[in-house]
Amino acid sequence: MINQQSPFIKKAPSVTWIMMLVMLGLVPGTLACVFFFGIGILLNLTIAIITALIFEYFILKIRNLPIKLFITDGSAIVAASLLAISIPSIAPWWIIVIGTFFTIIVAKHLYGGLGSNLFNPAMIGYAVLLISFPAVMTKWPLPASHLLDFNLAQQIQIFVYGTKDVIDSVSSATPLDYIKTQILLNRPYEVNFTKGMPINSYFNASIIISLSFLIGGIFMWIKKIITWHLPITFLISLALISSIFWLVDSTRYLSPFIHLFSGGTLLCAFFIITDPVSGPTTPKGKIFFAFGVALLVYLIRVFGGYPEGIAFAVILMNICVPLIDSLTQPKVFGHE
Amino acid sequence: MKLLDKIFKFNGGIQAETKKDISTKKTIKSLPIPSEIRLPLRQHIGKMAKLRVKVGDQVLKGELIAEADGNISAAIHAPTSGKIKSIEKLLIPHPSGLPDFCVTLIPDNNDKWVKKFPIDWKNISLKETNKLLLNSGIVGLGGAAFPSHLKLGTNRNSPIKTLIINAAECEPYITCDDMLMRERGKDLIEGIELVQSLLGAEETIIGIEDNKLEAFKIISSLIEKKPNIYIKVVPTIYPSGDAKRLIFLINGIKIPKEKRSSEYGIQMFNVATIVAIFRFIQYGEPSLSRIVTITGNIKEPRNYEVLFGTPLRSLVKDAGGQKIKNNTFLMGGPMMGFTLPSIDVSVTKTMNCVISAEPEMIQVTEEPLPCIRCSKCAEACPVSLQPQELFWFSKSDQFEKAQNYNLFDCIECGCCSYVCPSNIPLVQFYRYAKSEIISQSIAAEEADIARERNDFRILRLDREKKERAERNAQRKAENTNTDKLKLIEEKRAEIAAAMDRIKNEKNI
Ligand code: SF4
Ligand code: SF4
Repeated sequence: MINQQSPFIKKAPSVTWIMMLVMLGLVPGTLACVFFFGIGILLNLTIAIITALIFEYFILKIRNLPIKLFITDGSAIVAASLLAISIPSIAPWWIIVIGTFFTIIVAKHLYGGLGSNLFNPAMIGYAVLLISFPAVMTKWPLPASHLLDFNLAQQIQIFVYGTKDVIDSVSSATPLDYIKTQILLNRPYEVNFTKGMPINSYFNASIIISLSFLIGGIFMWIKKIITWHLPITFLISLALISSIFWLVDSTRYLSPFIHLFSGGTLLCAFFIITDPVSGPTTPKGKIFFAFGVALLVYLIRVFGGYPEGIAFAVILMNICVPLIDSLTQPKVFGHE
Repeated sequence: MKLLDKIFKFNGGIQAETKKDISTKKTIKSLPIPSEIRLPLRQHIGKMAKLRVKVGDQVLKGELIAEADGNISAAIHAPTSGKIKSIEKLLIPHPSGLPDFCVTLIPDNNDKWVKKFPIDWKNISLKETNKLLLNSGIVGLGGAAFPSHLKLGTNRNSPIKTLIINAAECEPYITCDDMLMRERGKDLIEGIELVQSLLGAEETIIGIEDNKLEAFKIISSLIEKKPNIYIKVVPTIYPSGDAKRLIFLINGIKIPKEKRSSEYGIQMFNVATIVAIFRFIQYGEPSLSRIVTITGNIKEPRNYEVLFGTPLRSLVKDAGGQKIKNNTFLMGGPMMGFTLPSIDVSVTKTMNCVISAEPEMIQVTEEPLPCIRCSKCAEACPVSLQPQELFWFSKSDQFEKAQNYNLFDCIECGCCSYVCPSNIPLVQFYRYAKSEIISQSIAAEEADIARERNDFRILRLDREKKERAERNAQRKAENTNTDKLKLIEEKRAEIAAAMDRIKNEKNI
């Protein structure tokens, strides 16, 4: 093909390159997860990526789209990875496959494929799993250095059959979940060791994981893949909202610190809400969107029926994106 | 002299590799007189110049070949002495790729000047000076090709306070203004003083990008003792040389697209235009040549002083020919230029730069993907538009929505395409949408007249008819025929004005 029209030069990272950088950005956080929750995370990732590519291949074929062009864009890999990282490390393989199916086939391609998905694909996959298999999806192993007591046979057993059949596996609800239950039952909770709920070790792990995602996020910001608007607004809003509640009644509401450093808040800030396709495009819109997600995350975490609100918050805000965009158009040069 | 350092920054823009040093290593060379000169009669915005010679006529250098037809038009002069060989439609360097009327002149190589009439502008009225400028043939040499006498004209409401000299030259590769400042700085400064007094402006600000250090030094030293001439260094961010962007960078004034800068007391000229005006007034030399950068995929890139009408082929040959043969040449910069229809077109007033296309410029290597809404384009848009939305509306033929999203504010600078990771040729979609909208809005009957307008023959017949009618009108006080003709004339003028506006928007 001959280019007949200006501009005749261009310099832009390709979509594939951008997706590769996002994958690189995910590396520190993923490693931290593997360290604390076991090699299962890697198994999840591998299966998710492989099935995503298979699904992508077949749906592209069915939709009669150029397979090589689209399968190499990397977007399926990123979506599948974000899903896999959000799934407990001791989940069985079919959970991953079902989640990936909803991510790639339903959320991405039934909405029109790359660039057309209204909702964040990974979050759709996650939400479906959370609604359908709440028990599996909330069961995380106790955070510890699982690399040290690594037992391949056991891991694979868990991976294939799920945790039920493995007698000596340890699992726990997330601390957010635990605390909410306590609040709902009108019982005081302790932030120290409680029975079967070593919150301190959980938070140590959580902080390290969060910081690792932060490092990856900063990397993406330096590489100009994301702007500050979404992550910073999201984090500040969440901190502010939780501070207000906490200052009002610190016995009933968790501190902003716990909100920021638990339940994938940082993953959400830098990798989930920054999905360009399902997010807003204007700078102001990004600020509104991130604030909306933060508010909903908080409300669902604290008052909703689910322990973690990110997936639902993001999906709800995705619906508002066209409206947000149209209301936040920047001033065109010379229009006052 | 004062260096102004407060800079206002517009949204986005891009920092492309400037590639300017390719063509600044050698001095400006005068290209010898070619064996044939082909002068298009329309090298400017506005009406085609009215022919004043016929085949077989002998003309001298600087002699009028075609005069300005009305106010929005520009004259054409013989760039050298010789004989008119033919008048016919030939390929011209225009994005449309359509042929247009050209006068072919065979030089006699004597290069004999017609009598020159320097203008004693200090002793005649502004109006008279301006009348003389009408036939200077000078148009905006930065690429806009807007007849310069209009910008120097007296019929404006607000006085001009500031003269801004556009020396930004922000497009990559182009260096003709840079070299002009380096080698003809004195003419430029004298020209600036002249134009400043013609306009009655209080001050002049020269806007120059920070990549032209040498030119900056020369100009600064020349204006050291001039109290009313300032220089402002703007960052090398394309498109800083776009008129409205440059005014904003310098003054912080955002001029809407439908307004002219003169309404804000600002008039802008490109450096080459200033020198042309200076030479016309000081020495009585009309616009006969310009500096052209030839660069890119060429053996000996440099700047040339080229007579208008010189075949591009001669220029390419003198510059050693293409390094890699692909016979593709771009006119203008790589961001807003266009591919020339042939190497046989001639150099015109708008031809500031010819880029022999590098293979990667014309080869589309990566296929476009769907828009991923990354908003990189919006971050780069100097007009703060939402290119991804405009793209969507243009692609799906939702023209009304595209207009609501200010499609016509788009200056087609190409920044959005430049940064798009999905390789979408965004600007092409905007061009398509704009032309669709325009052609839809021109009603059928008007379209008839528009077609007519393009037909030189009918135009000429019409003019004769009108002249006859005028004679008749003198005889008969009441003549309904004139009214009708007037109506057609008015309509035609309206369309011409509309087309000019479109062109104008494209060219700023
Ligand atoms: S840069 Fe390209 S992919 Fe990104 S939003 Fe603009 S048009 Fe879409
Ligand atoms: S071409 Fe138009 S839309 Fe694209 S960056 Fe330039 S002004 Fe903005």
